[in-house]
Amino acid sequence: MEILMSILAGVLFMAGTYMVLSRSFIRIIIGTSIISHGAHVLLLTMAGLKTGAPPLLGLEAGTYSDPLPQALILTAIVISFGVTSFFMVLGYRAYKETGTDDTDRLRGTDSYD
Amino acid sequence: MTNFVILPILIPLLTGIILLFFPKKVTFQKVLSFIASVLLVIVSVMLVFQVHNNGIQTLELGGWQPPFGIVLVADMLAILLVSTTSIVSLAVLLYSFYSIDAEREKYYYYPFFQFLITGVVGAFLTGDIFNLFVFFEVMLIASYILIVHGGTKVQLRESFKYVLVNVISSALFVAGVAYLYAVAGTLNMAHLSERIGSLETQAPILTVIAVLFLIVFGLKGALFPLYFWLPASYAAPPSAIAAIFGALLTKVGIYSIFRTYSVVFVHDTGYTHQILAVLAALTMIFGVVGAVAHQDVKKILVYNVIVAVGFVLFGVSTLTEEGFMGAIFYLMHDMVIKGALFLLIGAMVVVAGTSHLKDMGGLIKHHAQLGWMFFTAVMALVGIPPLSGFIGKLLLVQGGVSAGQYWIVAAMMVSSLLVLYSMIRIFLNGFYGKIQLEHANQYGSTKGLLLPSAILIAVSAGIGLGAEMLYPFVATAAETLLHPEIYIDAVLKE
Repeated sequence: MEILMSILAGVLFMAGTYMVLSRSFIRIIIGTSIISHGAHVLLLTMAGLKTGAPPLLGLEAGTYSDPLPQALILTAIVISFGVTSFFMVLGYRAYKETGTDDTDRLRGTDSYD
Repeated sequence: MTNFVILPILIPLLTGIILLFFPKKVTFQKVLSFIASVLLVIVSVMLVFQVHNNGIQTLELGGWQPPFGIVLVADMLAILLVSTTSIVSLAVLLYSFYSIDAEREKYYYYPFFQFLITGVVGAFLTGDIFNLFVFFEVMLIASYILIVHGGTKVQLRESFKYVLVNVISSALFVAGVAYLYAVAGTLNMAHLSERIGSLETQAPILTVIAVLFLIVFGLKGALFPLYFWLPASYAAPPSAIAAIFGALLTKVGIYSIFRTYSVVFVHDTGYTHQILAVLAALTMIFGVVGAVAHQDVKKILVYNVIVAVGFVLFGVSTLTEEGFMGAIFYLMHDMVIKGALFLLIGAMVVVAGTSHLKDMGGLIKHHAQLGWMFFTAVMALVGIPPLSGFIGKLLLVQGGVSAGQYWIVAAMMVSSLLVLYSMIRIFLNGFYGKIQLEHANQYGSTKGLLLPSAILIAVSAGIGLGAEMLYPFVATAAETLLHPEIYIDAVLKE
């Protein structure tokens, strides 16, 4: 199971990298979301996917799945959610202001070049 | 009394939260954030003495034992950097009062400034690698907002790239934490160090993870092949924001390399530290090439930020006591003096109405104070003896020689010379030369803009002249780095 999940994480990283390397804002932003999905899947996989009950003490099971990575992923998800929503608005505002969503046309660094 | 350690994080955090409620009352915002910054300076300096007298201070949050709960660790290195941060942030805050326009101030400038400081201080003080990630994000999200704050065209264009680079490096950070957790099964840095030390095979996977972390922190701290995002994005925001970025943000990345490479990944140093040394040398060289090539004063200074990253990381890579001490001295010096230089350059741009060297000239006639302060700051940056850059560079050279890295020491000396050239060119072209603008039609005044830089230059001179007094503190910090057992024992209390 870990091998399958690792391949999935790899595919997500691959797709995300491909999207980030494209030119349009929205593709780049979707790419960053896919990359963070990949990172979260990786975090879950790396902690081990051995079978066990959900980490709820009320279940009184013999073994539980590792609760720590789940907490880490929850933290990472809200952070990447906040950043992605900011990034979307930033992309929209930059599109409105500069009139293009093509990163190739966003070259140049100041008024002197 | 150990609760003291959390105060440097708590003060800016609470201040930021309170300020969120009164966005339009600018005077109140200024007064409260000024009080908070002064308080932060006082608390962090007191903490320096407490660490000096009583050893490493730790705080177990929620009363949980270290490997299980999050622990805040104030060792000498962290607390020295927290104090430097607090001083720089106070100066930049004073500068903001005069230079940030009213519109920006009404839209939450001061709260985000405080949140940025929260993130930086938290990243210095934490003893948990995932908590480090969270504080990085606190710092970065505040910096995303500050870099685009005001929403001019240039800012929007550059902040898109800045956010993209940092989102990707954060995803890599999460991946690095995932791998590390899979190998060692813990997130506490001291416990990680112990676990990694006890892994019998010295698994090569640890070297891979170490390099992954080098990539992550190198992206944050602008190390050689990963500094491409920095020059344009730091030149875009107003100078007060650029000053806080140039002085603090890259330094957090450097500090994280410092911490991980001296506490966590210390068991197979031959390979990783050689990479670090080579990258540091290339960072110096490429940074200084950029600084010499540009004609825009902001760009010249921004490339000098990259050079300093190279110097400090070279000190880390030597793994000698002199090298570590030099790196710490240079890091503190560079935070202060980069803050001062960004503020002075900001004042220059206000006065000249342009940031291009060709359109400047003869500023010394009407702005002698600004001119000589800039000259002093440049001398400090390069490391002329009475000022602060000297002691750090001297120790770095000693460390490099005793580690046998002669070529890198040579590269360091040459790039120091070129740093001097690049900065003195600003002085000669901007302050001397043909007067481009008569006093009547100069763009602005330097009212209030010089005091903050004067404070920072005074601190820099203090570091230089009081090196003897500062030496025992820095020596303690270097000793902790050289012997991670001290850190581990203080955290895990065995």
